[in-house]
Amino acid sequence: MGNGLEKNWEPKILAFLCNWCSYAGADLAGTSRIQYPPNIRVIRVPCSGRINPLFILKALQNGIDGVLVSGCHPGDCHYLSGNYIGRRKSATLKRFLEYLGFEEGRVQFSWVSAAEGEKFSQVVEEVTRDIKKLGPAERFVKNDDSGKN
Amino acid sequence: MIQEKIRQKAKELLENKTVDLIIGFGEGTLPLRATPLFIRNPEEVDRLIWNSFCENNLATYLHKFSQFKVGLVVKGCDARSIIALSLEKRFKPDQLFLIGVPCQRMVDRRRVKKAVKGEILRAREQGDQIIVEGEDFKTALKRDDYLYPSCQVCTHRTPIKANVVIGDPVEERSLIEAHPEIKEFEKKSPEERWKYFEKESSRCIRCYACREACPMCYCAECFVDSPNPKWIEKGLSPSDIEFYHIVRAYHQTGRCSGCGACERACPMEIRLTYLTQKLNLDVKELFDFETGIDADALPPLSTYETEDKQEFIK
Repeated sequence: MGNGLEKNWEPKILAFLCNWCSYAGADLAGTSRIQYPPNIRVIRVPCSGRINPLFILKALQNGIDGVLVSGCHPGDCHYLSGNYIGRRKSATLKRFLEYLGFEEGRVQFSWVSAAEGEKFSQVVEEVTRDIKKLGPAERFVKNDDSGKN
Repeated sequence: MIQEKIRQKAKELLENKTVDLIIGFGEGTLPLRATPLFIRNPEEVDRLIWNSFCENNLATYLHKFSQFKVGLVVKGCDARSIIALSLEKRFKPDQLFLIGVPCQRMVDRRRVKKAVKGEILRAREQGDQIIVEGEDFKTALKRDDYLYPSCQVCTHRTPIKANVVIGDPVEERSLIEAHPEIKEFEKKSPEERWKYFEKESSRCIRCYACREACPMCYCAECFVDSPNPKWIEKGLSPSDIEFYHIVRAYHQTGRCSGCGACERACPMEIRLTYLTQKLNLDVKELFDFETGIDADALPPLSTYETEDKQEFIK
């Protein structure tokens, strides 16, 4: 769990990247030696439509300060419609979490293609900046360690 | 009288063997209560009742009778749940016979109990009044002042797609105008909203009555019961309880008919419909979809439009 009292607090951000576009985009950013903040931890998923809202909530419960979900641009999905389905889930989940009282920007979404290494680094920079502004996650975080696997 | 007509229809259906079973409402063992009633014998139809305490969503019980032809007494909200369930292929199209009753809206027994001092021993309806009697009191209450919150904001009281409708259709309201409360709540700051959610969920004792009462919660294994992956721990950690309530509500996205059965079942009186109603409004706003109205429209989260809004995506 991030501790706000620490002077050099750095947010922990979880990034769900789709295998076919965003993960390759991140890879391109790496091989092109583009710099971006080291705050993200990447989990590769087959498709942005694979994201179960439970994943995002579980991450937030375990003390992750921000979540980024990134997939292929509309029309470019490897599975043709996975990102469209994912987009509907994302839209409703984001609204619902903010309605409940989660800060706007804790959970973010992006489209990054395999050719957009530059965009990937920008997205990570933006997300990191937003989360730093919000500070460490406090709501919903489980404080005891019994629930952590 | 509606009650008489329900009995007649039920008798006819059982005698003609159109259905094997009628699910309706019977007299409860306590005042202000009706209980779900399962009738197989045409001679027993006189036990069926209809009044302002028929609050359960009977669609919940269908999952237990998948092998039978079922006649079901439905209100507007129950009929919507049935359509939502049929979209999810929960039963065969000709398996059901719906006896629809335009709903007069149901009375909140808890508020009635709070309105009088002492224990209520008898209660009955008389015109637009509820007469409650105890050992040393007898009071008449105006029925419409004691309706359930979910009934007050109901937008579809007349059952849609019922095989037969008993009684006259009633006037309906639009979804957006029915929910001023949710719009008010949205104006509060995130801190205030989170505080409210924390306060509500903190009362939860994790009995899962809300899940059991809901017709849409039919998963063989609910995410809370799954040992692997173990999404949440047992016990009363506030975070785990919040987790449960967020996901239980979110799983209703585009599926909730707004019947309020979850809230009525809750022994701790947690305001559960403020979550599901928000989702209903969002689904209406984003995808122009209302649960259980159109029997051919796909559930919103299992389809898509290429033109869906995406201004929130970077």
